[in-house]
Amino acid sequence: MIYEIRFHGRGGQGTVTAAELLVKAAVAEGKWGQSFPFFGAERRGAPVVAFARISEEKHFLHSQITEPNIIVVLDKKIMEAVDVTDGLKEDGVLVINSSGLFSKESLRNFRICVVDATKIAVSLGLSVAGWVIVNTAMLGAIVKAVPLVKVESIMNAIRNNWPERVGEINAEAARRAYEEATVL
Amino acid sequence: MKKVAAISFPSKGVAGKTGIWRVRKPILDRNKCVRCLICWIYCPEGTILRKEDDSVEIDYEYCKGCGVCSNECPTKAITMEEE
Amino acid sequence: MIQVLTGNHSAAYAALLSNVEVVSAYPITPQTQIVEKIAEFVETGKLKARYVRVESEHSAMAVCIGASSAGARTFTATSSQGLLYMSEMVYWASAARLPIVMPVVCRTLAPPWNIWNEHTDMLLVRDYGWIQFFAESNQEVLDTIVQAYKIAEDERILLPVMVGLDAFTLSHTSEPVDVPEMDLVKKFLPPRANVPYVLDPSNPFTLGNLAYPSHHMKLKFMQHTAMENARKVVLEVDDEWYKIFGRCYSLLDNFMCDDAKVIILTIGSSAGDAKEAAKYLRKRGIAAGVLRVRLINPFPAKEVSDILSKVEAVAVVDRNLSPGNGGIILEKVKSSLYSLKNRPFIKGYLAGLGGKDITVEDYIKIFEKTLESYRKGDSDMEWFSINLEATSL
Repeated sequence: MIYEIRFHGRGGQGTVTAAELLVKAAVAEGKWGQSFPFFGAERRGAPVVAFARISEEKHFLHSQITEPNIIVVLDKKIMEAVDVTDGLKEDGVLVINSSGLFSKESLRNFRICVVDATKIAVSLGLSVAGWVIVNTAMLGAIVKAVPLVKVESIMNAIRNNWPERVGEINAEAARRAYEEATVL
Repeated sequence: MKKVAAISFPSKGVAGKTGIWRVRKPILDRNKCVRCLICWIYCPEGTILRKEDDSVEIDYEYCKGCGVCSNECPTKAITMEEE
Repeated sequence: MIQVLTGNHSAAYAALLSNVEVVSAYPITPQTQIVEKIAEFVETGKLKARYVRVESEHSAMAVCIGASSAGARTFTATSSQGLLYMSEMVYWASAARLPIVMPVVCRTLAPPWNIWNEHTDMLLVRDYGWIQFFAESNQEVLDTIVQAYKIAEDERILLPVMVGLDAFTLSHTSEPVDVPEMDLVKKFLPPRANVPYVLDPSNPFTLGNLAYPSHHMKLKFMQHTAMENARKVVLEVDDEWYKIFGRCYSLLDNFMCDDAKVIILTIGSSAGDAKEAAKYLRKRGIAAGVLRVRLINPFPAKEVSDILSKVEAVAVVDRNLSPGNGGIILEKVKSSLYSLKNRPFIKGYLAGLGGKDITVEDYIKIFEKTLESYRKGDSDMEWFSINLEATSL
């Protein structure tokens, strides 16, 4: 089976990096993975999407992802402007960065996993130029919702991507999110 | 007009309601504003709305929060605040 | 070592592994990351090369021509408008017989402004005398660029090489790439020999001087012969690569064609989705295959016609357009089959122009449509998935 994942974030939030790190973790486990940004101009602050495909076996696909199995929302505010469930498979999963309870009304019967990635990131001091960086925490929540890869592989992929302390803090964000994420 | 090549016409908000892009929001203090219109000239998105009496208003539906107006304002009448 | 790399970074690593000595380029979306990464390699001392900044693609190729004439292994990269702006010098590089290697990130030409994938840019300069490859994966991008130097610098060739990679679908897509060990690559690709000549102030000569018609025609004959040699040398180099690195690509990528009744012939990364469609149809009892042409110039006419002579129906999917003529690959395939006694049924499709996605479902439709058209004898070229009734584009 090929898992197809779509990430919703804002330009400059590390959405594309999140998709790529997920693939790096999968590839380190001997799986096949592919990630790509939305093909177009990237604009800081604007709603952006990125994609990933994770599978046990190699495939030849290079077309776009239109019916993902998993949707990841880095910034809940985007849901006011964009229908994040567009194309999500019937048995699909939504992983949402949100504090506290969550109204499920607009999200039909999709399985939902909630994590307060912003709180985790703030408590670890993860911010750049006034932006709270939640992408690494969200990776921990994704693998809690769907065991695509081990959380340790996510943490290693993060450590390999940034040197020393930055890598450690981001890996810790992923670990905490993995523990705190709740599947509703 | 025969449309045989790509043409686009000016319209408001072709990229959607770009106010959602904002991380910081410009706040105007009317007591400090001297109606010099520098913000109106500098705003790259046309989201400073000029009134008959040369007072200004900010169009938050489309303002992307770049902060150019705040930076240029000679009387510091526009400050940027977290959304 | 397996790394997760974009197509652009795969191209940059290929330049690093090839130990290029002079790099000159002008940035353009979606090629920019190639030269950014190389600039980083040069800045951090990983790559001992001279990076020459220029004001245009025309100048970038002019620098490569100068440096290559002086004996340096040279690299540049461009895309779309950049390739066309560079084109005068592109022709010059080949006729001057310089072994320059250039990845081209294939992007649609404007207007309307468009940054997505199409192959028209590279196919427009097909007759400029460069050897041209189109890659399907990022691994193939890396491997082909390193192979390209070995091919270009071969004394039987001495021609520049272009390697096409699709805008975004390869250039910005990250996938696993086995990056070869530098020591092994050094054995495969030794430093450039002093061919065809090396500018030397103590032994002066002029390049690109006036030549009379009889000399000119002889030089063109030599260039043409060298290009013909490419089909053989590409295979030799690929074989040597296989012996060291365990991967090979040949001139054509034959995917389940040997017993196929219907074949899709296409180029570039989208061929992978056609392969998935062929796999799907095979499970349903339809003998489908995909023939991806990797070496597009010189076109492997004999090899293509050998395979196509055994099938009933062929769909040629062109992601390019010669207005008024149709698909450029379709014309080439048809002319390659002219001398066959039993020619297969061929139907051309124009698809994916301007980066319009071609999905696995689309390729399944193309396979089915081709078989149906074969039964009806309808070989008219078709604009695939286009809605002329739509009021809004």
